Amino acid sequence: MAELETRVLGGGESGFATTKFELLLAWARKYSLFQYPFATACCGMEFFSAASPRYDIARFGAEAPRFSPRQSDVLWVVGTISQRQAPVLRRVYEQMTEPKWVIAFGTCASCGGFYDNYATVPGIDKIIPVDVFIPGCPPRPEAVLDGLMLLQDKIARCDRTPETVKNTQLPAGAEETLEKLYQLRMKP
Amino acid sequence: MSKLILERLQAAFGDDIVEVSSFRGDDVAVVKPSRWVDACKFVRDDPRCDCGHFTDLSAIDRCDPRTDELDMADRFEVYVIAYSIAKKHRVRLKVRLPGDEPRIATLVGVWAGANWMEREVYDMFGVRFEGHPDERRILTYPEFKGHPLRKDYPANLAQPLLEYREGTFNKLGPFLQDEGMPLNRSPRSDDRN
Amino acid sequence: MEPVDLEFEEADLELPSEPMTLLMGPSHPAMHGTIRMILKLDGETVQEVDIQPGYLHRGFEKMSERGTWSQVFPYTDRLNYVSPLLNNVGYALAVEKLLGITVPRKGQLFRVILGELSRISDHLTCNGAIAMELGAFTPFLWYLKAREWVYEACEEQTGARLTHSFFRIGGAAAQPTAKLENLIVPMLPKLLEVVAEGESLLLKNRIFLDRTQGVGILTKAHAQQMGASGPVLRSTGIDYDVRKDKPYLTYAECDFDVPVGEDGDTYDRFMVRAEEIRQSVRIIEQSLAMLKKIAPGSPDDAVSVSDPRIVLPPKKDVYTTIEGTIAHFKLIMEGIDVPAGEVYGYTEAGNGELGFMLVSRGGGNPWRARVRGPCFFSLQAAHDMIRGKMLADIIPTFGSINMIGGECDR
Ligand code: SF4
Repeated sequence: MAELETRVLGGGESGFATTKFELLLAWARKYSLFQYPFATACCGMEFFSAASPRYDIARFGAEAPRFSPRQSDVLWVVGTISQRQAPVLRRVYEQMTEPKWVIAFGTCASCGGFYDNYATVPGIDKIIPVDVFIPGCPPRPEAVLDGLMLLQDKIARCDRTPETVKNTQLPAGAEETLEKLYQLRMKP
Repeated sequence: MSKLILERLQAAFGDDIVEVSSFRGDDVAVVKPSRWVDACKFVRDDPRCDCGHFTDLSAIDRCDPRTDELDMADRFEVYVIAYSIAKKHRVRLKVRLPGDEPRIATLVGVWAGANWMEREVYDMFGVRFEGHPDERRILTYPEFKGHPLRKDYPANLAQPLLEYREGTFNKLGPFLQDEGMPLNRSPRSDDRN
Repeated sequence: MEPVDLEFEEADLELPSEPMTLLMGPSHPAMHGTIRMILKLDGETVQEVDIQPGYLHRGFEKMSERGTWSQVFPYTDRLNYVSPLLNNVGYALAVEKLLGITVPRKGQLFRVILGELSRISDHLTCNGAIAMELGAFTPFLWYLKAREWVYEACEEQTGARLTHSFFRIGGAAAQPTAKLENLIVPMLPKLLEVVAEGESLLLKNRIFLDRTQGVGILTKAHAQQMGASGPVLRSTGIDYDVRKDKPYLTYAECDFDVPVGEDGDTYDRFMVRAEEIRQSVRIIEQSLAMLKKIAPGSPDDAVSVSDPRIVLPPKKDVYTTIEGTIAHFKLIMEGIDVPAGEVYGYTEAGNGELGFMLVSRGGGNPWRARVRGPCFFSLQAAHDMIRGKMLADIIPTFGSINMIGGECDR
């Protein structure tokens, strides 16, 4: 869709592009996501990892955490939401200003995980609308980055249907590269 | 090594110690409810027991009223574990309580740490502690009805605080409602519906 | 011009200070998302505090009663999710106590090594978080970098970065992999370097010292009454460590020290944890050496007991022999037949004494599995560390307790 409506015109010394205003706005939003990490449980550890030097979520324009819902665009729901926590989550969501997106991080946030009991909410989409589900218990940081990129795609497409991060295969030859890297690291 | 505490307890309380046992190195003494606080004080203060470290307090639901014939008079067991850091021994004291309206005196006066544990036992099992300074639910919310760790509380009976949104699946993937439990599990696993 | 406030007395200028009620959390960055504190403030001084846990209550104990004994392992991972392997070890040892079996020596050493790795990642995270909450972001990033190495080693062995579910009743899921040692040995000196580097940024920093020293003091007597254990108890000067006082696995043969503090303040808790990382490194080094000394082929040279009623048969047998298939089927569907009885098994986890009170009535399912989460007890003691102090002191105090929601609320 975006390709059809966006044209880059060359001519003279300076080129210019035409597009719809919405798409331009979406493009700008996509790379400046302020996030609100609603981290409750074990998944929070992997969320730390994704933000830590090795995986560095800052590369994707989503570095700045804001602990005030009014200043943030993306709500990361990281970890199990218990029935007791549910009103808090709903309240935080309601306080965020539009436009806002929600990422369900991990199996617990997506569907309750293996806590199939009296205490937990079976998936936060029971309480608030969700844009991206990231499966995994906990998801690897790579999957987190996948989820973030999926959200950015969806923002650019102005698409609000819930979507799940797909399983990605290692590209051919990746195993050998990993093995080589390991050998390199083991050299004194 | 440490039958010592049990012997001291028996010497001091005589028939009020209902039962003593040692299983895999754990020393256990069952106390009559009337002497509960005294026995705990004794374990803490007696110079040869000297169990000043409050290790744990919780309860056990000993019978499932739906399937068991077990005596409901002794349904709940509240236990406390105390440890002596200097003497390196520990003891488990127990008291047995009836199935309806279980009540016992509080231990907050003996070990201040008993406060939250007793709240937890009240929350999870519905055992009331007489004289507890602050008897509220602790892990679940005030609106919660029933006591989840009692055997007759169905594990998946949720009491949501918020209404669920329309149009969402009830459960995803393998956790279908009618899945049931395979084979030889105990009947209480059938409380899914 | 004359100053306007000349005719006022000093006292008139004071603002009236009604006590103010402030709700802190659960969605507060320093409350780890799962604790609510209700504070009564007089200015900035905390007069009264009510700590409310329970926002991460997930029904661990109820869920344990529903499956077989082995099915509890994944839930134990998620108790103290900063050091999952230690919880695995704790639960496995408790069930083994009930069964009355001991794991062969290699399995024990294996548990010690992986467990201590987990402890390192626990303390790194906690100390990093304390620093971060006081505004020092760099040590936090460095410690996370080091934690990443630990995760890498654990992943190599167990296949998962965080939720390993690796140990089994009667042993472990797999033999040590070939690469494991190669990953651990070069990592240890680098780890110590990072810890020292982080400390060099913090321990000469006036801000850090002023905000931790003398803050959140816990006294010896009170800590005992409250049931505190682990670093929180040791920081008060009591050298209670289950690894020393009631040695399990091979800890009795290891030469390591139990660091203790003096004042029981936040600074001491920080230092005790930092020192424990160094001791864990020592333990790992010694255990690796002991592992080498085991004669191949001797009865010691196995990670699991060889009782077919407890340990799953090798996958090869399951697919090729009828006995293997049946044994596998029965163990998975019915569970391990654990004799009736009840035990309290306890180990030293990242936050202190992790106890499992297991009740069996015979058969494949636990009747009751109670877990004594150490930080539930330490958190209760926090009331007295916070009361009467400044509002801002709550953050370092709370951080140094290392409240982990999964273990605290279960
Ligand atoms: S999905 Fe798994 S790791 Fe994440 S919060 Fe739930 S149990 Fe913990």
